[in-house]
Amino acid sequence: MKGISNPENQYSEDLFMYPSYMHESLKLVEQTRPARLKIAREKGRSKIFPSMTAEEREDVLHKFHPDYKKDAKRAVRIGPNAGEEITTEVADILESWPRINPDTFEPMLKKPDMETDVLVVGGGSAGASAALLAEQTGARVLLVTKLRLGDSNSVMAQGGIQAAVNPQDSPVRHYLDVMGGGHFDNKPELVEALAMDAPLVVEWLTELGVMFDRLPDGKLKTRHGGGTSRTRMLSCKDYTGSGILRVLRDEIECRNERIRVMDFTPAVELLMDAEGRVAGAIVQNFETDEYFIVRAKAVVMATGGLGRLHTQGFPTTNHYGATCDGVVLGYRAGAKMLYMDSVQYHPTGAVYPEQILGFLVTEKVRGLGGQPVNKEGNLFVFPLEPRDVEASAFIRECLERNNGIATPSGQQGIWLDSPIIEELEKPGTIERELPAMVRQFKRFGIDITKEPMLVYPTLHFQNGGLDVNAQCETNIPGLYAAGEVQGGTHGRNRLMGNSQLEITVFGRRAGKFAAEYALALKKELPLNLDHVRAFSKEVQKLGIDRSRVSPILLPDYIPSHIKEKQMTSHYLGTVRG
Amino acid sequence: MGKKFMVPAASTIMSALEYSGFQLKRGVGCREGFCGACATVYRLKDDFKIRTGLACQTVVQEGMLIAQIPFVPAVKPVYDISKLEPTITIFKQLYPETFRCLGCNTCSKACPQDIRVMDYINAVERGDLAKAAELSYDCIRCGMCALRCPAEIGQFNVAILAQRLYGSCLAPKSKEMIERVEQIRKGQFNEEMAAIKATDKAALKKMYYERDIEPGESV
Repeated sequence: MKGISNPENQYSEDLFMYPSYMHESLKLVEQTRPARLKIAREKGRSKIFPSMTAEEREDVLHKFHPDYKKDAKRAVRIGPNAGEEITTEVADILESWPRINPDTFEPMLKKPDMETDVLVVGGGSAGASAALLAEQTGARVLLVTKLRLGDSNSVMAQGGIQAAVNPQDSPVRHYLDVMGGGHFDNKPELVEALAMDAPLVVEWLTELGVMFDRLPDGKLKTRHGGGTSRTRMLSCKDYTGSGILRVLRDEIECRNERIRVMDFTPAVELLMDAEGRVAGAIVQNFETDEYFIVRAKAVVMATGGLGRLHTQGFPTTNHYGATCDGVVLGYRAGAKMLYMDSVQYHPTGAVYPEQILGFLVTEKVRGLGGQPVNKEGNLFVFPLEPRDVEASAFIRECLERNNGIATPSGQQGIWLDSPIIEELEKPGTIERELPAMVRQFKRFGIDITKEPMLVYPTLHFQNGGLDVNAQCETNIPGLYAAGEVQGGTHGRNRLMGNSQLEITVFGRRAGKFAAEYALALKKELPLNLDHVRAFSKEVQKLGIDRSRVSPILLPDYIPSHIKEKQMTSHYLGTVRG
Repeated sequence: MGKKFMVPAASTIMSALEYSGFQLKRGVGCREGFCGACATVYRLKDDFKIRTGLACQTVVQEGMLIAQIPFVPAVKPVYDISKLEPTITIFKQLYPETFRCLGCNTCSKACPQDIRVMDYINAVERGDLAKAAELSYDCIRCGMCALRCPAEIGQFNVAILAQRLYGSCLAPKSKEMIERVEQIRKGQFNEEMAAIKATDKAALKKMYYERDIEPGESV
């Protein structure tokens, strides 16, 4: 395949073709394809399978969505949302000991190591947008991030970013689609900001140099995504997140006089002042284990999501650093959460081969006409239902109807018929529109232009988060949140293309409003860690084991047989120090 | 890493490192081939060739010798993109080393994304920024090209400048987008938005399920 297989790199092709026991089912997919193709051509792609009614959606969600499973949620016992049912794994890390002892750090608080107007925590597109807008508003900015600037879920987004830029569309229509996708539980003021700012964000990104896909006359290419009533999905090939974030990062590097960036420096606790305002953070040099006191007039939390908590044992599409740190820090400081009972499972995560288990197969595959089919080769669901509904339908097809395809390791999967795209559109479409996907599977010997992919829902997105208003303010003065760490924009179900939008829209808002707040702030008061002390007391009352520590910062992938031999190693929670 | 490890067959280099007890901080990122954090240099058993790959995307082989690259230093000038002319001159000023390209194509051979790196560098040398932007678009900044380049070019930074100049100056403008932005700034949707925001859930639900769907290509 042109431009794809580099003879210099060895991909061990023989090793990963589909095992022979799957061949019979693969044949059925090929056999049913002409009939499916005919329907798509004659009736139109939106009519290939009936969409579910509101009642059918409810039913499949309640019976099969992982959020509704027993043990998926439990009541959190301490903090501002005490008594509320939230995702079990999140409740566990909230009810955990801090990484630092307030008494040890108290003397350091009098002499901060760094001072800034706005501290941004997180280096994805929300953090980067916040830093740029805060700087533009006139603030001095410090951006700290656990790994490198740009290491984030943002960079992995493939499919697109929504914006109502076409004449037949409008921000009001966008609003309606978002509300419906979120089952009308979304916070209206956030959805309004999302839809109304979208074209402005696209303009801003274009001026900074983001290369959106265009038609020859300059018109932005727009397509449908799951749950859109107008074609509204803009894209940068299937590197949309990378295409945006690489520009934001470059721009930050160009403004290095006013925006200081510290890589490999996670925030481990927020600092507060006597008036109960957030006034900075304790950050850790992740490589030397030095801790620094950062005094800041305002803090923007932009730490992203929770995929690496592997809720209910699901594999994830998420970045290595997606460990829910921002919610933990904010919650300890008294910030309320919204919809932390809801996690998005993306319908199409790779399940074969094992090496790419959980990897994202972009919704764009279905957007281009790709069809999910069962082991008999039959279509069983409209391909572009809202994500939670689509994922639940996949789980039902495998678990209840026994129509899934088992992998050698015992996972279940659904075929995602990608080759049909080449016939529906024209040959070469897949390689042009989905270069990242082609490359991903080619590395493991699967040619998605000729063979389907095997997929199953994978943990993808934190629907809930810190409760903010449209200015990104939490209920704690001085604390702002933007991006995946914020809750409410999507209700309990996000639509494709609205996360890339959320991180840029609210990143910009958080940066602007945090800077305005910081610049207007008159007196600075002494810093304290009383909130950490108070929270620890509650943790102690619950009798939580001392080994349970958060923010967890990194997932723990060291096998137990190694740990047993690490006789002098010290693990603080999951992190070996 | 010059040291023997026994790992399960068919592991990626990244999972093999973790299986061996390394808790990664550098050399790890998205784990799906999008972030470029895990650039790795390796040689295969009884083979003189230096190969490059992403640790999260490369399957181990017996006798493979590996080294992970924690960071790739490269020149990064500061500029104001809105003030630059999209011409060859700016590259001569900011990245003069680009024009030292020897034409050896080692950069392209080193690219785990199979990008024709030398071709986009040559496009920059010709002043064809559109071509350079297009050819370099799948770059994930792992930096292997720059490490292997005998002319000491920092290709990935040259690429982002070409892309930004193309995206901000050279790409044709969208009339529809400009108009929509104007409409929003003028407050054209404010009234309708206020009305839909005030609509109760039942009525909104009805609107949603009755809304018409535009025919048209999906993503």
